[in-house]
Amino acid sequence: MSENELMVDARGVRKWFGSNEVLKSISLTIPRGEVLSLLGPSGSGKSTFLRCINHLESIDGGRIYVDDELIGYKQRGDKIHEMKPREIAKQRRKIGMVFQRFNLFPHMTALGNIIDAPIGVNGESKAEATAHARELLERVGLADKADAYPAQLSGGQQQRVAIARALAMKPKLMLFDEPTSALDPELVGDVLDVMRDLAKSGMTMIVVTHEIGFSREVADRMVFMDGGVVVEAGAPRDVLDNPQHPRTQAFLESVL
Amino acid sequence: MTTNVERSTDDDVVAIPLRHPWRWVAAAAVIVVLGLLLNSLWNNENIAKQYIWQFIFDPRILKGVWITLLVTIISMVIATILAIILAIMRMSSNPVLRGVSFLYIWFFRGTPLLVQIVFWGYLGLLYKQISLGVPLTDFHIFAVDTNTLIPAFVGGVIALSLNEAAYAAEIVRAGLLSIDHGQREAAYSLGMGPGYTLRRIILPQSMKVIIPPMGNETISMLKNTSLLAVVAVPELYTASSQISSGNLRQVELLIVASLWYLFITSVLSVPQFYLERYYARGNSRELPPTPFQQLKRAVARMRGRADNRRIAAQAHEEAGA
Ligand SMILES: Nc1ncnc2c1ncn2[C@@H]1O[C@H](COP(=O)(O)OP(=O)(O)O)[C@@H](O)[C@H]1O
Ligand SMILES: [Mg+2]
Repeated sequence: MSENELMVDARGVRKWFGSNEVLKSISLTIPRGEVLSLLGPSGSGKSTFLRCINHLESIDGGRIYVDDELIGYKQRGDKIHEMKPREIAKQRRKIGMVFQRFNLFPHMTALGNIIDAPIGVNGESKAEATAHARELLERVGLADKADAYPAQLSGGQQQRVAIARALAMKPKLMLFDEPTSALDPELVGDVLDVMRDLAKSGMTMIVVTHEIGFSREVADRMVFMDGGVVVEAGAPRDVLDNPQHPRTQAFLESVL
Repeated sequence: MTTNVERSTDDDVVAIPLRHPWRWVAAAAVIVVLGLLLNSLWNNENIAKQYIWQFIFDPRILKGVWITLLVTIISMVIATILAIILAIMRMSSNPVLRGVSFLYIWFFRGTPLLVQIVFWGYLGLLYKQISLGVPLTDFHIFAVDTNTLIPAFVGGVIALSLNEAAYAAEIVRAGLLSIDHGQREAAYSLGMGPGYTLRRIILPQSMKVIIPPMGNETISMLKNTSLLAVVAVPELYTASSQISSGNLRQVELLIVASLWYLFITSVLSVPQFYLERYYARGNSRELPPTPFQQLKRAVARMRGRADNRRIAAQAHEEAGA
């Protein structure tokens, strides 16, 4: 596979928190348009890996390329330099992220949440950003909630606004960190529907989730992580129905 | 099966409101005590009330009120801007900025305000001229006499704002710290830079934590302007004491000044209310009512009660007939 067919190319990524090695040389490649499901027990480093991809965390070893760009650092000769905050911010614009706890801006309406970054960061006109935002709200099924504040929305509605907010920046890659874990069971379906549509539209996605059914149906590939290493990877059907590694087997038994 | 009292479920709830008898008792007690106190002041032979009426709208007093208000507002605005800068410096990853901010707060909180005010008044003794030129040479682009550049009013404003900034910086810092870390992460993940994130996401949310204590600080500031009497700024207290040193009606003029201070304090709480309301948007499902809305609701409630009473009386009559 040639280099530029890859959306994400993570090579030997290592990350320490103090004396705790959280990522122990993670290598993963994600072709454009692929949906990757990331699975693993709590504390295995899934969130940390996602946060390294958009450089919310710096890395201590290895390289991460997104869309053929080295993330967070500049390579000059054989030396690596830290980037300025402004340059990092620019790289993050093509990587959308959806958080477990939504993290909507509570002082802005749903519409305000969606249009703020396109106007303030991308320099779109207000009319242009608003029109796009209304389209996105329509797409996530919340056209009538444009003027509602986050506190007036249910968890599932908030998360769908958060997805629309990330999409408003027209990202090439979407990262989902347990997007349905904080939701009441009856609200999970609406959020998964939106993500399913997004996957169908060809978006490259990395999804950390314990929704096995969703992964089986939507993901092209599944990766099982434990203790900061990739234990097993393959088609979801193979990993779920025929796990090779005992740690994968033990984890699947505990969640299924 | 026993026959229960019939339980109807489709009636409206027409509950008789809970009575609060102790509220009335407390109110009565307060009124009695307050009445006795006011009576003892009112009928005090040693207070000549006509002087209060004579001077409360005296032009010198009104000018003092105006200067007091002006000093308070200008100083609070400068102090707030400085405080935001200091708080951001204090939380920065740059150790030099952190150190400067720490020293600033340490110094201005650690010395008495009165001393700082007198210091700015005496700056002219320390530096005869303030000039722009090449350091350590006699070459000046311009030079002005310190006392012309910093008249008493400006010196007073500088002293009050620099001092207040040290306190307000800690209030702003507490406000910034109160915002969940996820807000910053969400902003960064959207490609917002640190400055934009602070301005658009963090500061506006901090305001609901910052404004109530800043309201307190504004009231302190209002009263601290009276300290400018020591450098002869003609604010409210200076004006009243200048008048009383002429006519020896000290108590009456102190009452005049106090009434004005109370009045300004009350007036200043209005913008605070609307600021709090503005920054509370989105934080609760419903904004707190404005006083006007409260009044309307109270009237509606009283009407409702009167209506209820009329309806009850009517029903009673009909039942009797
Ligand atoms: N900011 C942090 N500081 C210190 N340790 C952290 C931090 N974030 C995560 N960790 C640690 O890193 C490990 C992996 O965490 P995380 O990536 O959140 O796991 P997961 O998302 O798979 O549950 C955990 O042991 C966690 O305690
Ligand atoms: Mg996690």
